[in-house]
Amino acid sequence: MIILREICKRYQVGEEMVYALDHASLRIRQGEFVAIIGPSGSGKSTLMNIVGCLDLADSGSYELDGQSIEEYTEDDLARIRNRKIGFIFQNFNLISKLTAEENVELPLIYQQIPKRERQKRVKQALDQVGLWNRRQHKPSELSGGQQQRVAIARALATRPAIFLADEPTGNLDSKTTGEIMDIFCGLHRQGSTIVLITHDSGVAAQAARRVHILDGKVTEEETS
Amino acid sequence: MIVQTAKMALQAVWGSKMRSFLTMLGIIIGVFALVVLVSLMQGSTDYIAGEISDLGGSYYTVRIEDDHGQPLSLDDLDTIMAEGLGSAAPLGQTYVIGKNGRTSDSFLLYGTTAVYSAIHDLRVEYGTFLRQSNEDNHSRVAVINQNAALDLMGTLDCLGEDILFNGIPFRIIGILAEDDGMASMFSMQDYVAYIPYSTVQRLDPSVSSDLSSFYFSAAPEDTPEQAQDRLEHWLRERFDQDENAYSIADNTAIEETMRSVTGVLQTLLGGIAAISLIVGGIGIMNIMLVSVTERTREIGIRKAIGASRRIILLQFLLEALVLSLLGCALGLALSWITLVVVSLASGISSYTISPGVAVIAIVFSSLIGLIFGLYPANKAAGKPPIEALRYSE
Repeated sequence: MIILREICKRYQVGEEMVYALDHASLRIRQGEFVAIIGPSGSGKSTLMNIVGCLDLADSGSYELDGQSIEEYTEDDLARIRNRKIGFIFQNFNLISKLTAEENVELPLIYQQIPKRERQKRVKQALDQVGLWNRRQHKPSELSGGQQQRVAIARALATRPAIFLADEPTGNLDSKTTGEIMDIFCGLHRQGSTIVLITHDSGVAAQAARRVHILDGKVTEEETS
Repeated sequence: MIVQTAKMALQAVWGSKMRSFLTMLGIIIGVFALVVLVSLMQGSTDYIAGEISDLGGSYYTVRIEDDHGQPLSLDDLDTIMAEGLGSAAPLGQTYVIGKNGRTSDSFLLYGTTAVYSAIHDLRVEYGTFLRQSNEDNHSRVAVINQNAALDLMGTLDCLGEDILFNGIPFRIIGILAEDDGMASMFSMQDYVAYIPYSTVQRLDPSVSSDLSSFYFSAAPEDTPEQAQDRLEHWLRERFDQDENAYSIADNTAIEETMRSVTGVLQTLLGGIAAISLIVGGIGIMNIMLVSVTERTREIGIRKAIGASRRIILLQFLLEALVLSLLGCALGLALSWITLVVVSLASGISSYTISPGVAVIAIVFSSLIGLIFGLYPANKAAGKPPIEALRYSE
């Protein structure tokens, strides 16, 4: 459950104040699959940073899973990111020195989950994306689609309140895009909340609900 | 959490072996210099001190400056021993011609008493040293050194035979062990003999029964300080409370002086080596700063998936600590090998790593790792996650 009310984020550009988000409001319910669509520079990334607790809004209120995200310290935000948010990035953002398995395990280590439980969850997550047999591979030894599946497994393993995917298929060809979208649809069917940020209307079409963002303003698309 | 983070730090260090080794090189050389220099210094000091104490255990030379008309006699020395202060022996010396059959040569003749051999740690190889009865009976007996036995008597098996000193026959009752080490360096005379003090007075009238000096060593149960106090107390009483009537010289003074000089040198060398350790620490800091910049993306990813500032700080701090401690371990190993080689080559067994300097090296390396790791680690921990994620390699 995500409730954004009148969120503003401003940047100083020279003399001028630029609104990256201009009184944006958004409500996402538990189990929804929402696509946020907008061209580059529309404020998508800023919205994603605020929803993902990587950044704080200048004004407005943000409630995540019943928790109001305001005036939190850096460490509080880190804890929320760790436990509530499952990030999936356009460029995968796996740690290149670690194997697939270790990458998936990392957020669980930060959660201080005991080793036995960690191993169980890592296996579950990698099984779900079909990469358990590739667990010893480094990211550089995996294809783009496989790397993105490892990244999804990393998010899965923490059992987050929402999956936050920022252009997850932006660097992939159409075939692997289909595979990745299938995984998201599967997660959605299992009841996960998914927020997908994209500029690709084809990808967005697979989401149950579409939200447009332009010049920092959010508009809802009527669902047919 | 610390265990996991330490594992990650080890992985990072192990992951780039060559770079880690080059980073550690400063610490390795610093620790090596510190440990080897200090250990060599300490080993040499111990060796020289050992040689000095081989010259004889610790004993005192007491000189009578002003006898207040009451000269010291052999009876006084007996009193000192009877009161349990320690052992005291006179030493009168004269040069004589020693003769056996046709061979004759110059001899240094020492007149003393039975306890002299204990004071000076003289070792008798064959026979015995002088006895109290020899003194009492003014016996004409002699203990000679090995050179004298071999050259004049022609054999070491000459116990019971007579030797002529200035024409007077003396029975040989003992032969000294061969002098070793530095002790022989100081004895100029080839041929030496010990005879009872009362007997030497007869050979040379200038050797008086009024003693102007004597040797003293402490009773075994006393510490050197206690013994010296008690001896001084006795001497003051003997000479009307006049502290200037006598002087006491201590043969351990040489050793102490040498130890204090080498102690200063050791600190100096250690200090110089410590500077190279600090330079090694700065090397670690530089590489860590480069590493923090290179790994900006990694830091961003870790923060995005939930690493707190504290965890990133801990990770980089542990990496610096692992580098410095690993460097320290390699430096200690290198020092150990070097010292083993040096002691094998020189035959001096006292060249080993002294535990004190090893502990100092470890503590110092840890401190350097922590202090010079803190700045890069703090820099890494302070990176805002969004900017770190955007950083392109």
